[in-house]
Amino acid sequence: MKKLNRRTKVLLLTILMTVILIAFYAFAVLIPESAVASSFLNAKLPPSWEHPFGTDALGRDLLMRTFKGMAVSMTVGIVASGISAVLAVFIGIAAATGSKRVDAVISWIIDLVMGIPHTVLIILISFALGRGLKGLLVGVAATHWCSLARLIRGEVLQLRSQQYVAVSRRLGKSSGWILVHHLLPHLVPQFFVGLVLMFPHAILHEASISFLGYGLPPEQPAIGIILAESMKYISAGMWWPAVFPGLTLVLIVLLVDRLGDNLRMVIDPYNAQE
Amino acid sequence: MKGTFGRLSRTFLSYGVRILSLLLAVSIISFVLVSASPIDPVQQYILGLGTAVSPEQRAEIEEYWGVNEPPVERYFTWLGELLKGNLGESALYRRPVADIISERFANSLALMFCAWLLAGVIGFALGCIMGIYQNQWPDKLIKKICYLLSSVPTFWLGLVFLLVFAVILKWFPIGFSSPIGILSEDVSIWQRLYHLALPAFTLSLMSFANIALHTRQKLIDVLNSEYVLFARARGEGKWTILRRHGLRNIMLPALTLQFASFAELFGGSVMAENVFSYPGLGSAVAAAGLNSDVPLLLGVTLFSALFVCVGNMIANLLYGVVDPQIREVSR
Repeated sequence: MKKLNRRTKVLLLTILMTVILIAFYAFAVLIPESAVASSFLNAKLPPSWEHPFGTDALGRDLLMRTFKGMAVSMTVGIVASGISAVLAVFIGIAAATGSKRVDAVISWIIDLVMGIPHTVLIILISFALGRGLKGLLVGVAATHWCSLARLIRGEVLQLRSQQYVAVSRRLGKSSGWILVHHLLPHLVPQFFVGLVLMFPHAILHEASISFLGYGLPPEQPAIGIILAESMKYISAGMWWPAVFPGLTLVLIVLLVDRLGDNLRMVIDPYNAQE
Repeated sequence: MKGTFGRLSRTFLSYGVRILSLLLAVSIISFVLVSASPIDPVQQYILGLGTAVSPEQRAEIEEYWGVNEPPVERYFTWLGELLKGNLGESALYRRPVADIISERFANSLALMFCAWLLAGVIGFALGCIMGIYQNQWPDKLIKKICYLLSSVPTFWLGLVFLLVFAVILKWFPIGFSSPIGILSEDVSIWQRLYHLALPAFTLSLMSFANIALHTRQKLIDVLNSEYVLFARARGEGKWTILRRHGLRNIMLPALTLQFASFAELFGGSVMAENVFSYPGLGSAVAAAGLNSDVPLLLGVTLFSALFVCVGNMIANLLYGVVDPQIREVSR
């Protein structure tokens, strides 16, 4: 068999990771309610073959519950980072192509958003929207666009100084035409890499805030809520509800993080030769 | 001499204006957000009283709080009181918000300072080791750990530490800032530190990765320079080079980065304080949001913004000190 080169390996790895993540998500979404039904006979069981993650205080299977929770958290993460990334593209382009004043205003807004600790800001936004899924989504989306917006602003500024853009302008193309045909195609890879790399942050913040008790109701167990419930039993020595769901969260976050890095390596032309 | 003084005062003035404008904006935005909330603070306040309230009494409370005035008027009343130093009264703790913030900030400051110091020292030391053993196994191992830690949520790490060190090994207490059942005057500094150790360690683990990776990069840049090549040719060892050429060049950037990380530090302390039931600002803000304690929520938000602003300002000033190029530009 011919030895694969490094780029192909990275590409295959990226595809494999994507497939694993999608399969996990699909599996978790399809888990029926009955799999997490409570039964008091099975309450507080330590991990066994029947219940690999053990059961919680109400006798619900923690493996299924964790997977379901992960699906909820991943949905929030995907939607929030999607909104955030689109926002970042618009704001970044506006800052780079607008007047000096627009740029100054946007940089001031970024300073403002960065100036309040994210956790506090999300709490505030979540409170403003009446603590629920909506508050959580808007809160996470509103706090994560800053660094990507800065990146895109820099990218657009660099692109605009390229000769072909200048030529295009001399040829009488409107700035809208230049934006669509010259700038946006270059931003697509940035956008996707930014989106994937934003996702772990979003999901970690989502978990933190729902751990504090904001966001989703207890019937819809996001991963943070499962962990918050485990707090109550931790002093009694019940270790499994705290350890396994958290471990699952960390694994998923790591997987997405590596996926983002690999994606960047595949897309970035400067790395293509490595 | 006069020029230096003038430049300094101008720098401070511009920072002052910037901070004030940011704080004003934070106050407006947080006020708008809180006003937009569908959660009725009067209802929450009445629930907190625990007694039945007649409609007349409710109207009186609304009158006293000024709930029915237009929002802009309310904002200016609040801002006026704020400038006089009156942050209002917390509905949750039934005490002036300013008192709660000052008392809890002392606790939070102790926690954050310990974590900040610990993260700085650990991160800097690990960064130096990584830089010296670039691409050898210590570098690779520590880099893996750094990347791993940045994917672990603070509160879960706190939970695991609580489980291992407090519940199973019983080395540390489960929570709070001092032992239960002892008057606050009798608590010794060692007992405080003992209660502080686990949350501070958790918090520092969350933030040292950044500084370590930054220090590594800086040190590698320094080690690739020509003066280090010359030093090596003179026969200086690794550690001598680090001491003579490395540390001076990487110390201040690392310090600057540490000051610029106040926002993450505060955010992390919110989580750490909640896991370890540590009575600081972070647990206050979470409780305030959950119990609709609007004055406290607004107060802590403003205060955290001020805290981050001060950190950023110190970082910016340090940049000027560290990098003569930036100093030249700002002149």
